[in-house]
Amino acid sequence: MVSVGAMHPYTTDMYEGMLAETIMLPGNNGEIINAYYARPLGPGPFPGVVLIHHMPGWDELYREFTRKFAHHGYLAISPNIYFRFGHGSPDDMSAKVRGSGGVPDVSVVGDIDASARYLKSFPLSNGKVGVFGTCSGGRQAFLVASRTKTFDAAVNCWGGNVVQPKEKLTPAQPVAPIDYAKDLSCPLLGLFGEEDKNPTPESVSRLEEELKKYGKNYEFHMYPGAGHGFFYYPGVGYRPEAAVDGWKKMFMFFEKYLGTPGRGR
Amino acid sequence: MCTGIVETVEVSGSGKGPHGWFKLEQVNVSYDHPTDASLEHALNIDFVNQSEGPSSRVAVELSPESARNLVKAILDALSLKQQ
Repeated sequence: MVSVGAMHPYTTDMYEGMLAETIMLPGNNGEIINAYYARPLGPGPFPGVVLIHHMPGWDELYREFTRKFAHHGYLAISPNIYFRFGHGSPDDMSAKVRGSGGVPDVSVVGDIDASARYLKSFPLSNGKVGVFGTCSGGRQAFLVASRTKTFDAAVNCWGGNVVQPKEKLTPAQPVAPIDYAKDLSCPLLGLFGEEDKNPTPESVSRLEEELKKYGKNYEFHMYPGAGHGFFYYPGVGYRPEAAVDGWKKMFMFFEKYLGTPGRGR
Repeated sequence: MCTGIVETVEVSGSGKGPHGWFKLEQVNVSYDHPTDASLEHALNIDFVNQSEGPSSRVAVELSPESARNLVKAILDALSLKQQ
């Protein structure tokens, strides 16, 4: 097994293979949902990562992110947390969910927890699983890491509404995630942009205060010149330097808490 | 920025989607991430008919200034009708 963290580039003489496909698995309450699952070929064992897609939907970008994790030696799964709303193009489904009041936090927590258990049960798992999410998925990554004890590491990328004022609570999102900070059950990496309007640097500081208060293990990075979604290369918010550094920090973080990833050779 | 800002209104009329004309039932107006417009946030309008499936949708993503101009144009057109 070869370490392929951000500091260990692969060499051109390596065999490399990956299996990436849509699967069905039991989600919240055992209800069947679909997921995109990518894993390196080889004997493992491999750490796992659950990816929570962003508000714009279970889209091509999240399939790319999922394969990127597999390329770096992780069992990577991205469940379709909009499954219960039906099927259509990712943007049509995102619009439907948005117009229906949003996806309920309770079903997201259940789906993500079940996806992590699925990875842990996989014969090639090393028993460690992290969670990663951007945008609304960043908020949900923090939420699931606080509402369950299933994860060994969590990454919140610019998750808005972690600090959620009472007037913004809804039937689908009845509790502000920050109220669960005392229950955070694993180390947390946070990547944020200084120009973001949600989360603002002030709300990131507010979350940081809460994590300090409860003695939680966290690592936050605030990028100047970046706003919301600075990993999204098709969008106007893409910031190459922040994105490259963010991916590097994330792989180092996961390697520290999930164990050495493998390439499967 | 995931604002979660959504306003919903019932409407009657027709919209033309990828499969032709369909009956409109609802309009969802949000200020949040666009899918296609080169804007960090946009005023998104989805004209939909939930009972006909998610693809029965006419979508626009506008800059805030464009959205205000649209509102003005609609109100101007309606006021001309009353003259």
